[in-house]
Amino acid sequence: MDNPIKKLNKDFESRVRLGVMSVLSVNEWVDFNTLKDLLEVTDGNLASHIRSLETSGYLEVRKQFVARKPKTSYNITLKGKKAFSEHLSALEALLK
Amino acid sequence: MKNSEKHLQDLNEIRQIMERSTKFLSLSGWAGILAGIIAIVGTVAAILYLDSRAISYEALLTMHHEDAANAPLVFFIADATIVLVLALSGAVFFSCRKAKKSGEKIWSPVTKRLLYHLALPLVTGGILVLILVWQRNVHLVAPFTLIFYGLSLVNAGKYTNREIVWLGIAEITTGLAATIWTQHGLWLWGTGFGIYHIIYGITLYHKYERKTVAHG
Repeated sequence: MDNPIKKLNKDFESRVRLGVMSVLSVNEWVDFNTLKDLLEVTDGNLASHIRSLETSGYLEVRKQFVARKPKTSYNITLKGKKAFSEHLSALEALLK
Repeated sequence: MKNSEKHLQDLNEIRQIMERSTKFLSLSGWAGILAGIIAIVGTVAAILYLDSRAISYEALLTMHHEDAANAPLVFFIADATIVLVLALSGAVFFSCRKAKKSGEKIWSPVTKRLLYHLALPLVTGGILVLILVWQRNVHLVAPFTLIFYGLSLVNAGKYTNREIVWLGIAEITTGLAATIWTQHGLWLWGTGFGIYHIIYGITLYHKYERKTVAHG
């Protein structure tokens, strides 16, 4: 039998990254400040985790100006959706 | 063992974050109870007013284009507006208080989404009711406020606690009944906006608020 632990995604070991993926899996285009409020983390901490998720290709970034202020929003990619749902299944399998 | 605890914690946190990021969870049971009481007071005021003028609600509905109906209409519009404003203020006040208690921001994308979905049927119904008053189709005002309010609650159901959907369905049903038996519109309105709100408020309080108080 496959060991479900192997299916756990290392990218989602961090609480912050897990949180970002949770928010993005049920919301489209969420901006940085909303994520920060929801997850209750600092700017720097969130930014570094988001960068690593972006490098893995799990989320896409959109930068725009709203009322002359830069606003960065994030959306989950197909790859991210798949990786996250596999991670969830693995978590559930481990608890059975 | 330690690992499985972490996994369970992870799953719980994921579920919580998903809910928190899609639903406005700061609706307070107290707002429902207060809105219900205000609506009952408003209904009683209307009944007493009609009594004092020795007109029945049924008679008022049939006074088409008669000057005698003007004063009662103005009273009803003022009464309903006061009820609406007070009930809304209560809802805003208790929501802010609850959000503050749980350390959440009141003005978030989730709030905007909830308000948008509430507003669409509500504004439509509001304009429709104004047209009905203007056309002197007064008998449809009570039923249509119930129906459109109910539709707006059901519409908002995805974005807050699910209990609101049941309140919405009850309002719609009562509104349809009031459309059939328009002569009973006044007390059906009082039941829908008064008693249902109180039941809804108590349910919400028992389910979500009492617990948090008990746990400190």
